[in-house]
Amino acid sequence: METAVKKDAELEEKLQKVDEMLEKYKGQKGALLQALQEAQGIVGYLPLEVQKKVAAALNITLSEVYSTITFYSFFNLKPRGKYQIRVCLGTACYVRGANKVLDRLEKELGVKVGDTTDDAKFSLDACRCVGACGLAPTIIINDEVYGRLTPDKVPEILKKYE
Amino acid sequence: MEMVTLTIDGQKVEVPKDSTVLEAAHKANIRIPTLCFLKGINEIGACRMCVVEVKGGKALQAACVLPVSEGMEVITNSPAVRESRKVTLELLLSDHNLECPTCVRNLNCELQKLSEELGIKSIRYPGEKHAPRYDDFSPSIVRDASKCILCRRCVSACHKVQGVGVISPNHRGFNTVIAPVFDLSLAEVACVNCGQCIMACPVGALKEKDDTDRVWQALADPEKHVIVQTAPAIRVSLGEEFGEGMGAIVTKKLPAALRRLGFDKVFDTDFSADLTIMEEGSEFLERLQHGGKLPLITSCSPGWIKFCEHYYPELLDNLSTCKSPQQMFGAVAKTYYAEKMGIDPSKIFVVSIMPCTAKKFEAQRPEMNSSGYQDVDVALTTRELSRMLKEAGIDLSKLPDEEFDDPLGISTGAAAIFGATGGVMEAALRTVYEVVTGKELQNIDFTEVRGVEGIKEATIDIDGTKVNVAVAHGLANARKVLDRVKNGEANYHFIEIMCCPGGCVGGGGQPILNAEERWAKDYREVRGNAIYEVDRSMKLRKSHENPAVQTLYKEFLGKPLSEKSHHLLHTHYTKRPLYPEV
Repeated sequence: METAVKKDAELEEKLQKVDEMLEKYKGQKGALLQALQEAQGIVGYLPLEVQKKVAAALNITLSEVYSTITFYSFFNLKPRGKYQIRVCLGTACYVRGANKVLDRLEKELGVKVGDTTDDAKFSLDACRCVGACGLAPTIIINDEVYGRLTPDKVPEILKKYE
Repeated sequence: MEMVTLTIDGQKVEVPKDSTVLEAAHKANIRIPTLCFLKGINEIGACRMCVVEVKGGKALQAACVLPVSEGMEVITNSPAVRESRKVTLELLLSDHNLECPTCVRNLNCELQKLSEELGIKSIRYPGEKHAPRYDDFSPSIVRDASKCILCRRCVSACHKVQGVGVISPNHRGFNTVIAPVFDLSLAEVACVNCGQCIMACPVGALKEKDDTDRVWQALADPEKHVIVQTAPAIRVSLGEEFGEGMGAIVTKKLPAALRRLGFDKVFDTDFSADLTIMEEGSEFLERLQHGGKLPLITSCSPGWIKFCEHYYPELLDNLSTCKSPQQMFGAVAKTYYAEKMGIDPSKIFVVSIMPCTAKKFEAQRPEMNSSGYQDVDVALTTRELSRMLKEAGIDLSKLPDEEFDDPLGISTGAAAIFGATGGVMEAALRTVYEVVTGKELQNIDFTEVRGVEGIKEATIDIDGTKVNVAVAHGLANARKVLDRVKNGEANYHFIEIMCCPGGCVGGGGQPILNAEERWAKDYREVRGNAIYEVDRSMKLRKSHENPAVQTLYKEFLGKPLSEKSHHLLHTHYTKRPLYPEV
């Protein structure tokens, strides 16, 4: 119960910061991507509450905001884990077996792509090309890139984050 | 304007410099197939149906977004072009729910028509299909994503034409789906039920909620006294469903058709449109003369009403409290008419034929039951009526001319023009002028409020009082007028707003015209002109001269804005949220 209250207070504080951040984008339809990126930086993800604020500030429809968020894999609709794993499914990684790496990650973490582990430690996402095709297949954990992967290398990498 | 000359399929064409190749071909009567293209509304080059070859160019280009240039040589019919179109179409079909014979758009589907024209005989790409998503929670509009081809015509209609914007392409690539936020139902977001998305849809991905079964059941029930009312705009559109030209006037065929379907009485919403003018005209005068809230804004259009409730709740007090003609009709039918005929109102079943999908939502509003019964039991669109007639083997064009029944079928030309943008304003002015001045209007045609211009303004001199009026149709236009009112930039006394482009003649329940038909003729103008022709042909053209309405006041209501009128014919509005809760 207490943690829930604390969580609410934390979120309130973050939403306040989002309001402040949006001040500079008032009425600027073209600032959608920057605004969303900054909002996600503050809150960690983009819940409906945040989307409404962005829509109202930029004077665009909520539908446009949601459409944009779901188009880009970078944006999250749900809270993410402490360590965010992104598996590149761009063409080069894909042809070099990124799918198998993703399958193994799902198996090891016990979650499906797009989800977060129950202990909020890892979240797993697929993404488009990360620009490291020479290292294909690659994954990124937070800001760390891991390349030339095979499914068998997955448990070892995850161990680093235990 | 600067002109350029290009060659299309060996034919020289001269067009304005800012034209597209598609427009140039159109001018030269060279047909390039399109699917996502909707002239003036959706010109985005998404579907690749309209690809052409340009001499000197590497890849095929989408003609709908390709600017013309001097000396350009275009080929619209080469093997490469034909093959590309076929491949595109087959890929679209590979993920399309091919239940064509049972689809609401069977024989009126642009995808089906194109497959036939391009000679698609098999689909070479059997592949993954989308999981079906079906949303029928809205009382007005049904979405079926299994038939959606992602052309975005509905999105443009919703955002650009209506300024509503509750559907967008969500997600990406193969997972793209046109839907409200968080995949909610249209019933859960600030959708106004206008149905302009349906009018824009080339396939069967969007359709009206079909209520014909409920009407068939009522008609078959000997206990029920089933009566029907038909909106002004139906008489200039239903004919199109039976092969008559755009805007064909079928006023006298309508009663014949409805009688043959088995309705006990065939009445006319035009009667209650005249009644609306009596109430709304009086309300306007009351507000004008006694310092009431101005501008007064008309309340006949249920899409507009819901729009106001969601998007401009601060203007709800400006709305006329008058129910729409559809609802007034129901309230009068279940009180006055029931009493007069000695029929138990619980046995009366009111069906309305409307050019509108938002009327379905309006009919089921909980506050619309001042007689103790829901004013209107079922609201059908023009399209649903057409389907019922076809199912019953009734061919509209082969019917004799007949008249509407007394007394709720008697009407004037002022009521007929409710069907076109500016009509309610004009009808109100005809009556208000004569009531205020006691003089006969010399010229009853207020042409300055007619026509398809998005926003029309006029100042009318009523015995020395200057009345500023504005008329807007299509909600994106309405937004402009409302923002001016909100910001104190306009000094209007009276505003007419119709939700749909052209007014009710362009309603979301009307016969669906494909992209080519819409490009060839402005349906708003053609059907609108027909409406004014109906007006001209009427003996009586002012609402206060309607003898049946006069009798209604004498025998039952007393006078406009009487207590009884207020109870039965007026309503209130509800502020609704702009954003959904998830």
